[in-house]
Amino acid sequence: MVLHSQNASATGGMLREISPRPLPGGNPYQPMPATVLEVIQETGNIKTLRVVLDDAEAMKNFRYEPGQVGQLSVFGAGESTFVINSPPSCKDYLQFSVMQAGEVTAAIHRLNPGDKVGVRAPLGNYFPYEQWKGKNVFFVGGGIGMAPIRTIMLHLLENKKDYGKISLLYGARSPRDMAYSYELQGWLDNPDLDCTLCIDNPFEGWQHKVGLIPNVLTELQPSPDNTVAVLCGPPIMIKFTLQALEKLGFAPENIVTTLEKRMKCGIGICGRCNIGSHYVCVDGPVFTLAQLQELPPEL
Amino acid sequence: MSIIRFVNTDGLPAFLAYLSKDARVLAPVEKPADKKSVVFEEWTQGKPFTLEKATVPAKEAVLPQCETLLTYKRDKDPEDPSRVSLKLDDTPQAVPTVVFACRPCDARGYVTLDRPYLQGPMVDPYYKARREQLTVLTLTCPRGCSTCFCHWVGGGPSSPEGSDVLMTEVEGGIVLQGLTPRGDALLEGSGLEDGAARFPDAEAARKAAWATLNKAPDLKEAPAKVAARFTDADFWEKETDRCLSCGACTYFCPTCYCFNITDEGDGYQKPGRRLRTWDNCMSPLFTREASGHNPRTARALRMRNRVSHKFATYPENWGAFSCNGCGRCISNCPVCLDIRAIVLDAVKTES
Repeated sequence: MVLHSQNASATGGMLREISPRPLPGGNPYQPMPATVLEVIQETGNIKTLRVVLDDAEAMKNFRYEPGQVGQLSVFGAGESTFVINSPPSCKDYLQFSVMQAGEVTAAIHRLNPGDKVGVRAPLGNYFPYEQWKGKNVFFVGGGIGMAPIRTIMLHLLENKKDYGKISLLYGARSPRDMAYSYELQGWLDNPDLDCTLCIDNPFEGWQHKVGLIPNVLTELQPSPDNTVAVLCGPPIMIKFTLQALEKLGFAPENIVTTLEKRMKCGIGICGRCNIGSHYVCVDGPVFTLAQLQELPPEL
Repeated sequence: MSIIRFVNTDGLPAFLAYLSKDARVLAPVEKPADKKSVVFEEWTQGKPFTLEKATVPAKEAVLPQCETLLTYKRDKDPEDPSRVSLKLDDTPQAVPTVVFACRPCDARGYVTLDRPYLQGPMVDPYYKARREQLTVLTLTCPRGCSTCFCHWVGGGPSSPEGSDVLMTEVEGGIVLQGLTPRGDALLEGSGLEDGAARFPDAEAARKAAWATLNKAPDLKEAPAKVAARFTDADFWEKETDRCLSCGACTYFCPTCYCFNITDEGDGYQKPGRRLRTWDNCMSPLFTREASGHNPRTARALRMRNRVSHKFATYPENWGAFSCNGCGRCISNCPVCLDIRAIVLDAVKTES
């Protein structure tokens, strides 16, 4: 795979525009061979993989934007889509956090350092962080939904001077279900980040909030003034968190989420991740609520 | 003036032999006589063929039911089994291909497929390799039939779209008309006799075919009307009530292009291949996520997606219907669902 025809003149004969973004060059179905560098057991069913592209030149030149996804292959099992959750400034590896759910994720969970995988990336659009400059940003991550939040949050924290207050509400079922547990203390101590953690039910020794994310969010009462809310999590959490955000006065243009669908090609052809005329793999995965309200309700 | 040639009915095998000199020729072939199905198969010298409309579309010329996207081979280092080497090969397998005697709806199918495969944000290299080596010789339809409706959706029995050569049956043989430089070159090298004198007969036959068609309803409003139906659950329930979700409509469709990608073999002892296969949006597995979440759980929701794609969302993206009116989904549906009726109901009745 040849890398990165940046903003390859998109859209061709399409009647609507696809926003510019880094794209893989060459055969878009050809994965880049990569090697597993490290496997981190995050929770009972979540593992984080750090992988390095085998072609050193490709690794050095690999560019992506926070929120873009990749297709991770285990040869013989298949490939699935995950967000690249390391921030773009990280040049040493690409990080994917994977919850075990089906065949491919089970195969990914069996990987060890040194194993060969394939990576097709970067795919999809990214968080429109340029438009957020000068604004406050309130992140809400639920469970494995913290993965995409992590990449954009770390990116913003690296460029804190461009943004107002940055807040995070990260919730999981229990402390044991919280990925990135080894980073949480750093986030809580970070003076640039207002970090709140919550779990669904009381747990012995837990010193943070207890309650479902939408309820804790309502309790925190973030002001919608000059603020963008960015959320990701399971469908049920998204549904109720959107309601909570709207009640708090966030306008649909200022609510941003990143979606998941079953995907195969990742380049807008194979036909299964569409919502109406839009394809999550090409037009998304990042959408504002305002954009989603324009599309048919088929999430 | 384009190149016009004429071939006697008796001369067709020789013409096919000429076509197959440098290319794979896919021609309509009758399968076991009692069933009367006609499929496109590679023609070889002496093989019987037919000029009947094929039961299946001609899309396999560019989109095979199954193709290898890449092969992978993994080897363990005998000195250190934790070290694995990986070899990938994605060499395209396209060969020059001539499609002989498909119908205008099939030829327009290639134009429908070209848009997402060649004109989207990313070009599909496998499709491109096949498409660039494809020559399409289309036989105009002598008459309309009860299931087809090409003239409702921008086509017609002699529509030239997607064809390199347009062939029309006349008394004693076939008139061949070049439509593209590729088609012209092919006719010029064929050694067939000049057909200019018979061209008026061909034109008359084409005109006669048009005269057999029923009056086409106006479908200008269809994209907006079908889209507006999206949330009308009762409409889709009622229209698709008897659908079995078998997917025959998708496999017989010249414009259905969804596919799946799966791996076969581990690449160690067994050769590893990543395959692309036709997929079927009527299957509940099509959109089911590993978590179990599925945005299209019900048959009605899946048929809604199929009809909306053809008549609302593809037109929204590309400015044309992705249904060419071939009617194969109608004639092959085990429960006689008729996409025409669904679209007409969506357009006619008030939501």
